[in-house]
Amino acid sequence: MNLKHLIAGTLGAGLLASTAMAGGHEAQGRDGSVNIIYWQAASIMNPYLSGGTKDINAASMVIEPLAHYDENGAMVPTLVDEIPTVGNGGVSADLTSITWKLSEGLLWSDGSAVTSADVVFTAEYCMDETGGCQQLSKFGGVESVEAVDDLTVKITFDGPKPFPYGPFVGSTTPILQAAQFADCMGIAAPTCTDQNFGPIGTGPFTVTEFRANDSITLAANTNYREAGKPAFATVNFKGGGDAAAAGRAALETGEFDYAWNLQLAPEILADMEAKGVGTVLSSFGPLVERLMINLTDPSADLGDERSTVAHPHPFMSDMAVRQALSMAIDRPLLVEIGYGQAGKVTCNVLPAPAIYDSPNNAGCEVQDIAGANALLDEAGWEMGADGVRAKDGVRLSILYQTSTNAVRQDFQALIKQWWSEIGVETELKNISGGVFFGGDQSSPDTFQKLFADLEMYANNFDGTDPEAYMGNWACAEIPSPENAWLGGNMPRYCNADYDALVAEMGGTADIAERARLAIAMNDMLMQSYSIIPLVHRGNVSGIVNTLEGVKLNAWDSELWNIADWSRSE
Amino acid sequence: MLNFTLRRLMFTIPTLLLISFIIFLILDMAPNDPTGNLPLTIPPEVRATIRASLGLDEPLYIRYLLWCQQFFVNEPLNLLNEWFGWCIGDCENRLRVSSWATRSPVVDLIAERMPQTLWVVGMSYVVGILIAVPIGVISAYKQYSWFDQFGTFISMIGFSVPTFFTGVLMIVIFSVWVPNDSIFWLPSIYDTTHKVDDWSSFVFQIRQMAMPVMVLGLYNAALISRFMRASMLDNLTQDYVRTARAKGLKEQTVLLVHVLRNSMIPVVTVIALGIPQIFGGAIITEQIFKVNGLGQLLIIGIQGADIPLVQTLTFLFAVLIVLFNLVADVLYGLLDPRIRYD
Repeated sequence: MNLKHLIAGTLGAGLLASTAMAGGHEAQGRDGSVNIIYWQAASIMNPYLSGGTKDINAASMVIEPLAHYDENGAMVPTLVDEIPTVGNGGVSADLTSITWKLSEGLLWSDGSAVTSADVVFTAEYCMDETGGCQQLSKFGGVESVEAVDDLTVKITFDGPKPFPYGPFVGSTTPILQAAQFADCMGIAAPTCTDQNFGPIGTGPFTVTEFRANDSITLAANTNYREAGKPAFATVNFKGGGDAAAAGRAALETGEFDYAWNLQLAPEILADMEAKGVGTVLSSFGPLVERLMINLTDPSADLGDERSTVAHPHPFMSDMAVRQALSMAIDRPLLVEIGYGQAGKVTCNVLPAPAIYDSPNNAGCEVQDIAGANALLDEAGWEMGADGVRAKDGVRLSILYQTSTNAVRQDFQALIKQWWSEIGVETELKNISGGVFFGGDQSSPDTFQKLFADLEMYANNFDGTDPEAYMGNWACAEIPSPENAWLGGNMPRYCNADYDALVAEMGGTADIAERARLAIAMNDMLMQSYSIIPLVHRGNVSGIVNTLEGVKLNAWDSELWNIADWSRSE
Repeated sequence: MLNFTLRRLMFTIPTLLLISFIIFLILDMAPNDPTGNLPLTIPPEVRATIRASLGLDEPLYIRYLLWCQQFFVNEPLNLLNEWFGWCIGDCENRLRVSSWATRSPVVDLIAERMPQTLWVVGMSYVVGILIAVPIGVISAYKQYSWFDQFGTFISMIGFSVPTFFTGVLMIVIFSVWVPNDSIFWLPSIYDTTHKVDDWSSFVFQIRQMAMPVMVLGLYNAALISRFMRASMLDNLTQDYVRTARAKGLKEQTVLLVHVLRNSMIPVVTVIALGIPQIFGGAIITEQIFKVNGLGQLLIIGIQGADIPLVQTLTFLFAVLIVLFNLVADVLYGLLDPRIRYD
């Protein structure tokens, strides 16, 4: 670098610093009002009583957790100065406790001080068995939450917890004000309408008017910890309508500044964006649309032992068949047709956060019908006169089920076509989402029972830690009549080596080591073709071009950084 | 007349109780689960706890009796308390009918949505009547004229083209094509928090009501104008009309006093029976323009399996329908001297 560049660089940095200073002195609320539209209206502002994304996002403008996830999935301190780790002594060496230290001088929007008692109260509030707390799983394994002093909270677990960031990290578990919610414990929780509609928080905004399932009006929190933020004085958070109307309002008419979750056909979204009023943003979490292969026999003749490990599948247990099915799929085309900007090709069931994304399975990105045919020929599956391959009297005839959804039915039709080209006959079935995902014990059509040869759906995990998610494919997680068909191991995959990796991850705290284990587990599933990933799906939202500072976040509430939003003009 | 009204009112009580029980049974048998829409990441044990906290593990008759007690006893007592300050019993901790999704009293939710529904859907009904009556009268008087043909054409369109099409079409024209700064530009999203306190806010209210009111008004007008036309045609050929003309009455008097009054009898019934639909909200139109009134509340309740909300709303609609049937019967007696109930 020569001197000229160096000087220019220094000048530039100086200039940046001075504008940043000026920014610091600008008044709160200088940019007027921001209009946000969620086509699913918010019902309540208390995430502990509603697991719905819309409610969690609405609440995230008002109440905050101790730490957030940023747009890359990294933890950022919110109400604390630093994230506790084993390295800085915040997490005990035996991994059984974590100690959070609140920042000094934090105030609630009503002017009172935030203390460790509020954090302890929030934990008790959710862990009360009669309250029906919807975030209870975040507090799994928590033995006690105690206040060490006014600003220090110690969470103790009932065993080693390598990833102790379940409670109070991310917008699903924000801190409630103990004084406000004191009378709302347990069975009284749902009766506290005023509290649930207008929680007192530490976030950039406070609720002025809450109209359930309709709209929320918010005003800047004058006690917000950062001077000059938020730039907007008020928020108008409107709900209702549908994704197309929301997209139109932000991308075509400009009536709204931010439109959430624009799940629209790619070409419709592109047309809207072409108006030049707004921009479509997307971000990718761990959501993957996948095929779950049934490794057990779903034949109805087996009665109660249908789709249980007692009977291996007549042809899906042959790896060549599973591999051929995967090779015959044109994933880039699926992305283009079904998701556009909201999808990416993936060959992993664990594609994000980036450190967990395995580089070892890239081969699936290209469709290879000839290769799939050759593989099946080699494995002895011979093409019959009816165009369907068979071996020893077993025909490659598949029942392929999924939930009712326009994109999924398109995918089924395309995949059926590709499979017919490799001599596999496919029967399609779609089941209403409420039944398919509903978990009704009496229904034969749930995704856990999997009374089909394979099924397609999407799943992901909360936060950034894949331990529980990867643990889904351990032998113990296989759904069966014995465990009332609960468990996430839909393929009925059972491998002692895999279980060993799951156990090892349960005792490993080092993040790089955890990543190695997660990648190894992902590779075992992928290379055995028990799960066939199709599309890595993202969140899509639209903003008008004058709105600045939006960082779409798939790991936390989409409105996580609304304090930093501003308007350019 | 009074006797008749009282007798009919007495009959409505068992009818409504039966209706409420049937609604409850239907909702209970429907395959829905209030935890069904939660993210897959929430484990089944937590779902079971949530269902228990909503009281879903109680037997059917207990849940029904509880709802009856909350709706027929606690809610009226609460109203007395709020309106007149009368406190009967334990008015602090009274259990009211609460929505599962919002965890707030259903009656408060309904009261919050009443204004926009009455303004938009009610206004569209008024506009519809104001358009329909003259069109019906003229169409009938000048039967098969170009006006009648045109009116028939328009009402056929209004009746057969669904509001979800006309609504979106109007949005595309008035919100998307028309530039934002033009006086013809209309907002596509209704602002329920808007308060009318001066001239400019009143103008804004008119603008945001314009599209939903016109879309619904066209639909209502189409229906009522057909009734009006048919009823006028029936009367125009009657003997008393010929008599009136023979007496030398002015054509205007014949038409607007004699024929119109008699023709209004069936139309008034149709209008009265249509009023409960105003409260029911126009589900589709409310959804398109984001008016978020009672119709949208019902839809959200159904989608989220919010049973107390759906049960209470449907029951209130049933009450309105039963009441307005009675009103229509009473109006018959008032308008038509030939009908006497006593």
